[in-house]
Formats: sequence, C-alpha cells, structure tokens
Amino acid sequence: MSQLRTSKSDLARDFGISDDRSLSLFLKTLPGVDQVGAEARAVELGTRSIKKESKAWAIDMAISMVDLTTLEGADTEGKVRSLCNKAHRPDPTDPSVPHVGAVCVYNDMVKIARSHLDSIGANEIPVAAVATAFPSGRASREVKLRDTRDAIEAGASEIDMVIDRGAFLSGHYKSVFDEIVAIKKECGEKAHLKVILETGELVTYDNVRRASYLAMIAGADFIKTSTGKVTPAATPPVVLIMLQAVRDFFDRTGIRIGVKPAGGIRTSKDAIKQLVLVNEIAGPEWLSPAYFRIGASALLNDLLMQRFKMRDGYYASSNYVSIE
Amino acid sequence: MSQERIDVKKTYKLFINGAFPRSESGRSYPIFRKASKVLLAQPAQASRKDLRDAVRAAREARSKWQSATSYNRSQILYRIAEMMEGRRSQFVEEIMAQTSATKSVAEKEVSESIDLWVWYAGWCDKIGQISGANNPINGPFYNFTSPEPVGVVGVFAEPDFPLLGLVRAMAPALVGGNTVVVLASEKRPLSAITLSEVIATSDVPAGVINILTGLRSELTPWLASHMEVDGLDISGEKSRSAEIRTLATENLKRIADFNTSISPNRILALMDQKTIWHPIGL
Repeated sequence: MSQLRTSKSDLARDFGISDDRSLSLFLKTLPGVDQVGAEARAVELGTRSIKKESKAWAIDMAISMVDLTTLEGADTEGKVRSLCNKAHRPDPTDPSVPHVGAVCVYNDMVKIARSHLDSIGANEIPVAAVATAFPSGRASREVKLRDTRDAIEAGASEIDMVIDRGAFLSGHYKSVFDEIVAIKKECGEKAHLKVILETGELVTYDNVRRASYLAMIAGADFIKTSTGKVTPAATPPVVLIMLQAVRDFFDRTGIRIGVKPAGGIRTSKDAIKQLVLVNEIAGPEWLSPAYFRIGASALLNDLLMQRFKMRDGYYASSNYVSIE
Repeated sequence: MSQERIDVKKTYKLFINGAFPRSESGRSYPIFRKASKVLLAQPAQASRKDLRDAVRAAREARSKWQSATSYNRSQILYRIAEMMEGRRSQFVEEIMAQTSATKSVAEKEVSESIDLWVWYAGWCDKIGQISGANNPINGPFYNFTSPEPVGVVGVFAEPDFPLLGLVRAMAPALVGGNTVVVLASEKRPLSAITLSEVIATSDVPAGVINILTGLRSELTPWLASHMEVDGLDISGEKSRSAEIRTLATENLKRIADFNTSISPNRILALMDQKTIWHPIGL
C-alpha cells in the first residue's frame, strides 16, 4: 500500500491531473468494466443466505445507515417534522432500535428539520440537503454555489450535489470536475459532500467508474448513485462498481470515501444484499454509517417489520408502522 | 423405425399473485393414487416464505377487488364457472385419481362445484341488500348499515372433497370482496391446482386468489398468526381449531367456522357491518 495522506488538497496533482487533457486521459485510460462479469458477480452475491443472528445485526445496521428521505414537491413542514421524529425513534415502542443515519430534505426544509431534531434531543442526527439545482443540475454555477451556501447556513451538515451529466456525457470532464471542487470549497469544514452521479443517465458501466474517480479526486466525501428521480437507480452492479472504485482509491491514497446507493431499495432483502456487497467488495471497514448510507423512505418500514417478525415470531403488518 | 411416445407430465405448482411459481424452498411432496402406494404426482410443498408472498399479494390485490362493483365481481365469479365447464373431464379424472369416487360420483362433485360458483356469483350484488339496513333513529339523520369485506382471508379447504371442499370454502369469502390465501387439501391437492389454472384465465385480478399446496402442520401456524391476515375460514380444518383460534387472537382475526356447507351466512361471517351517519337535507 502506498503511504497514507490526510490531505485531499493535492489529490489531483498526485493523479497527474492538471488540465482538461490530462483529466480526460486519466479517465479514459481507466480499465474498462467487464459488464457480464460485474452483473454475474452482483447476482451471485445477492443469493447469499443470511442466517438469523446475522440478519438481526444486518437489519439494525441497515436502519442506522438509512438516509431517511423526503424529496417531493408536496413536502410540508408537518411531514418533515414527522419524518424527523421517525428518524430519531424509528419504532417509538422500542428504544433499542437505532436512529437513522441522516434526514435528507430539500433546501427550504433544512431549517425546519434541524430545529425540530434539536428540539427532540436528536442533535446527533445530521440533516442532508440536496443542493445544486437538484435533481437535474441545470443551473448556472453561481446559483449552485448559492444553493449550497444557503443549505449550510440553514444547518445542513451534509450536501448531496448532482453532477452535470450533460457535460460529463459530452466529454467536458474538467467542467464537471471544477464544479465539484467549487462546491467542496463552499462546504469547507462545515459540511460533508456527497456527489450524485445519477448512474441511470450515465449509460455505461465504464462511465460509472469514470464518474466515481472524477468525483473522488475532485474532493467528494461520498459518491452516491442516484437522485431517486430516474430509473434504473441503485442497481447492484452499479453499487458494486462504485464500491470497487472506493476500495481501489483507498489502496492508492489512504483516503476512505463513502458510498450511498439511493433509489429503488425498498425491502430488507434489497438492503441486506447491499450490505453483502459492501462487505465482500469494499471490506468490513465500510460497514458503518460513516462510510455507507442508503437513501430511502419506504425501506425503513420494511426493516421495522422484519424486526417485529424476529422479535414476535410471527409475520408483521404494515398497519403497525407509520405511513409517510 | 418408430419410437414410443413419452407422456409429458404436468408439474403441479403454487398459485401466487396470478403466477405459477414452484416453492421458493424447492421442495415437493408425494401424492398417492387412491390411498395406494402408487405415486400420482409431486406437487410443490409451500414454505412459510411462499405463504408470506401469497399474503403480500392478497393484501396488494384488496383495492382492485374491493373497488370492483359487486356486479362486476359477480360476472367474474360466474366466468370461473364457465371456464370450469370446459375442463370438466380433467376435473373428473383428477377426483377419481385422488379419491375412491366412481365416475358418476366424481361428475356429480364437478357439477356441484360449478353450480356453486354460479350460486355464489349471484350473491355478490344481493348480500348488501339482504343484510344492510336503513336504521330508525331519533334525530335528523339517516343511519345506514352495510357489510364490508374484512380484507385478507385465510381459507382452509375441506380435506375430503378435493374440488367441492375447496370451492365451498373460498367462494363465500370472495363474494364479499375479500382476497384469499387458500391452503389446499394436503393429501388431495391436485384439483386445487387445476382450479387455479381456471382462475388464471377467468379475469380474476392477480393476487385476489392465491392457492398453496403443502403440509398443514407447517403452514397453519404462520397463516393463523400472520398480522396482515384479517379473517380465517377454518370450516375445513376442524382438528386444529383450538391452535388456530389461539394464534389468531393477536390481531383479533374474524373466524368463520361452519358445519353447514352452503349458506349466505358464510359470506356475512367474513364481513364487517359498517354504520354511517348522514344528516337529512344536505
């Protein structure tokens, strides 16, 4: 393993990236993804049988990794508050259920979420904001920077930004790169930066790998699959490729980047499959809410119902979990 | 040179959400011809996870079945009778293979089963009129009572008549607008699977009827305790009555347990009476 570094500031230089040309060259000379191999490996890992005790552990781990999300035009303050309550005590009748990883909302709801979480004693739960003209990312750089600053000032400690897929697909990598650098600078020490690749729009697995490296070198703390507004979203092969990227990046730089699949993960089974991928591809060091999150809303109820089933010994009903 | 033709044997599978899956467990169990030792078939042996999938399908199908007009439900149940008529000889053969019935006895069972669908189909748009009421009250209100389905009903088919025992148990639950998860007769399950092939081609929305074959001892506790099951018809499972009733208490499932085989009361036993108040003059 290469020597460990603590600073991200000179990453681009270490990768030999100084301009548009060198960045393009680096990304385009990354090894191609074996599509059939990646899909087969993801399917194979998805068939792992997880036995009772491990499953109980996995369910609680998955709950603590959920970024409980509401990103609807119809979001109200009341809905965000009830989401915060649920984030803090997913099952109000059972204090042994861990709190979720974060609450993820649109910018204008950040303040409400932060103050409500503080008021119910959930100071440790961060608020994540989707900034930078989410979900399309179609706005000027100034607007995106302002959007980010706005979210941080309102109390967001995690920023979920989208990359400019149009620029990426046109080959303007440097423009995408510079934008991430600029947003990261805006985040500074106050907020974690998650970079959404929107893999459903990137067309090929090779592009997923390239976008992952681009984001990591530009300073992302997390790479996230999708906005949740496009299908396909967090498919197992895509998550596998991103986990390979963070693992290889760690081996080369000593910097551990997190991964956040989002969109389409609705059942406990889906979530546990993701945890198997994390363990097998990236390694057990990533099995922590600090390095792996799952963007979801319906998933939490299914995890709770599985928990009821394990506790009570009979199948649970959705009548006993809250509806968002 | 001619080769002797090899029969194409049928794989008897489960019926869940409008599809015919094998058990997720991969298991099957042997069925013997007329209590002899001659192997008749190897139907799927459902696991508790198949049961869970069936209940999930039934729950999701509730809105489709309940929002259909009672007239439409009636037509669909009648359609099952129509489609069964075309498969008469297959049903007769299977009954004869599974029981000691003669041909004429088996034919009678098939006819009765078909007629019973027609009879229950007719009840769909009448049960509300018979049991609903405009209640007299002291005040400027209308006060209506009307029966509504409880939701998902677990049905235990009667063991002795492979086809009729199944229709008798599941038809009344469907008339009221419930969706069902049926445990077929353990030792004589073949007619249930053939009936599910009829149902799949009778405009019954996927998930409204789900039929499982397997061991009662294995599946019964999971069905009786499942919190998303709202009612049980245990007329076809007298021997486990106490166990089922105990497990059903956690979410207060409605229990139907009849000795009479055919009655509109069997429909009402799996319905709730809902009362609505409405001001007069608005």
